[in-house]
Amino acid sequence: MLNVSGLACSRGERRLFVDVGFSLAAGEWLHVQGDNGSGKTSMMRLLVGLSPADAGAIFWRGERAPSVEFRRDLIYLGHHAAVKEDLTPLENLRLAAALDGVALDERGALAALIRLGLRGREELPVRVLSAGQKRRVLLARLLTRPADLWVLDEAFNALDVAAVKLLGDLIAEHLAAGGMAILTSHQPLPVPGGKALVL
Amino acid sequence: MNAFFATVRRDLLLAMRRKSEVLTAVFFFVIVTSLFPLGIGPEPVLLKKIAPGILWVAALLATLLGLPRLFAADHVDGTLEQMALSPSPLGLLVAGKILAHWLLCGLPLVLLAPVLGLQFDLDASALGILTLALLLGTPLLSLIGAIGAALTLGVRGGGVLLALLVLPLYIPALIFGAGAVEAHIAGLDVGGHLSLLAAMLVLAAFFAPWATTAALRIALE
Repeated sequence: MLNVSGLACSRGERRLFVDVGFSLAAGEWLHVQGDNGSGKTSMMRLLVGLSPADAGAIFWRGERAPSVEFRRDLIYLGHHAAVKEDLTPLENLRLAAALDGVALDERGALAALIRLGLRGREELPVRVLSAGQKRRVLLARLLTRPADLWVLDEAFNALDVAAVKLLGDLIAEHLAAGGMAILTSHQPLPVPGGKALVL
Repeated sequence: MNAFFATVRRDLLLAMRRKSEVLTAVFFFVIVTSLFPLGIGPEPVLLKKIAPGILWVAALLATLLGLPRLFAADHVDGTLEQMALSPSPLGLLVAGKILAHWLLCGLPLVLLAPVLGLQFDLDASALGILTLALLLGTPLLSLIGAIGAALTLGVRGGGVLLALLVLPLYIPALIFGAGAVEAHIAGLDVGGHLSLLAAMLVLAAFFAPWATTAALRIALE
């Protein structure tokens, strides 16, 4: 369903990668590996359409991405916290959903936060939470926003052992339901199977 | 359209949690416009003559004060990235942010202007024209300013660059906005001035969100 071919990227004079190609079908996931500075984050940003590629094409369900359909089916979580420090986790989740045009009632948002282990924190401003908890607020979007393709850049950073396992479970459930995922990480990931792509 | 109103609501909520940022621009406007009558002294004829220009220049600078923050926070914490990847059109979300900026930085100036105009011995009808001109002009300032804010996003020392970029573009609004009040005081028809302001507003409302969106996409690359 996701077809990528001939992807190339350079930063300034330096060629990061050329002719990267892969395809993902329902239930498959890709582990993007590489040393620091090898272009993992750059590739993720190319894939989701945040920056233009030097060459190559990305097709989503046979249509050229990035398109509105592609963005509707996509969740991208990058290095940034992407949550508002002055708002509570609950407000963050509900406003993010509203901005995406997704209906999300308070009960749904609460259930997602509780699953992510933030029970009792939902009414605190995010700025008083720890780095790992902020990360969990962001990860709650995986539950509240239906999307087929998850692009997670270093999503396992700053998470404790329990949260790493939880995220692994979430990804496994997503894949079992016919979803796709593209992950970067330096650690071995707690998700079975998966294709590997070394940059 | 829901995404548009959600953006407005979000930015208003964020501003309520951090009131000082909004109040800075409003207090700046109040203090600058109050300093002139105090400095010049009780000379009603002179004050009346310079009132439109001073109120408009102060409104211009007060708007400029809040502009660097329009997209900066969203850029730093990554929410702008999420907005760019949202299924809702980025232009719609950007338009929501501009509306929120006007509600927070422009509308208070419009509401305060008649009170502050009293210090310059403006009569009721002149105050009415001033308020009307600002009501048409301040959204224009927010719209044009948003383009500048997006273009200077992430640039070191962007604030100064923003002023250099945006202030020349504010000149037509200043000329026709202040001109409307001056014309009224001189007993001339103000229809032309206000119509031109309104025309510029319509034009900017159409093009500015689009141009801002394009600039934001470049800033995100």
